[in-house]
Amino acid sequence: MKVGVVVFPGSNCDHDAWYAITANCGHQAEFIWHASQSLNNLDAIWLPGGFSYGDYLRCGAIAKFSPVLKSVRQFAQEGGLVIGVCNGFQILTESGLLPGALVRNRGLKFICRDEALVTATAESPFTATLEKGSVLHMPIAHGEGCYVADERTLDELEAEDRVVFRYANNPNGSLRDIAGILNKERNVLGMMPHPERAMDPLMGSTGGLGIVRSMAAAIEAGAILS
Amino acid sequence: MKARVTVYPKPSVLDPQGQAIAQSLRGHGHDGIADVRQGKVFEISFAGGKTREEAAAEVETIAHEVLANPVIEEYRVEILD
Repeated sequence: MKVGVVVFPGSNCDHDAWYAITANCGHQAEFIWHASQSLNNLDAIWLPGGFSYGDYLRCGAIAKFSPVLKSVRQFAQEGGLVIGVCNGFQILTESGLLPGALVRNRGLKFICRDEALVTATAESPFTATLEKGSVLHMPIAHGEGCYVADERTLDELEAEDRVVFRYANNPNGSLRDIAGILNKERNVLGMMPHPERAMDPLMGSTGGLGIVRSMAAAIEAGAILS
Repeated sequence: MKARVTVYPKPSVLDPQGQAIAQSLRGHGHDGIADVRQGKVFEISFAGGKTREEAAAEVETIAHEVLANPVIEEYRVEILD
């Protein structure tokens, strides 16, 4: 599997993601600069955490107009796997690839600590090697991670089995404990917790491995076109 | 020509910053404060050559597509001379 890790001015989890994909999981990765529109020969796209464009205006709001997002949008429409972590999730909601929005944490504090996530569905290319109900431990690190959407959207997400992860102990006020969601076609995942920071026992947890392994398995199975 | 766009959180969206400010104001003795919503203000200046109607239409688009996120925010556009 070859994953393109997008680098925006202000991204700060791009190298972590690159290391997780390559050193921890044994796949290939390359950096894609935000001004580029070329996503050739990539199996998946990773929108990393950080503060793209300084988080000016709103988190992810400027990134949605970047040249690379045009290509990412097309890549997603053609069925390619796209994962957005933290700021990457915010970019996906701002750009309309995922519904809802991420707003200031209910307690107003920036929270950086390990959280327990419940795998809410294994019916996705990002969680197919996991078991529904299994608990993954990985860090969160955000000030604006409270997931909100209107009731109809929340009902629809649940009815269509598109909630991928829920917080076991909701840290930020996210509605219905939502930590990660899929698009309708199930090839785009946004999540606030950081799987790339939970890839080795040395990091304190290996909770992120299953996500990358699932993506690789889905791509190997040829289920996902790129 | 200038325009002012005011963006603020929808009433249905929790505004913890506004709540914290309201709480603080009550703590300062402003007992009558029912609610505070915190938003943003943008002042946009045009280089010239636009009619008031053209400016209003353009700012409306900018507000809807860029300055506000309609999922969580509402906005108001004013054209200033």
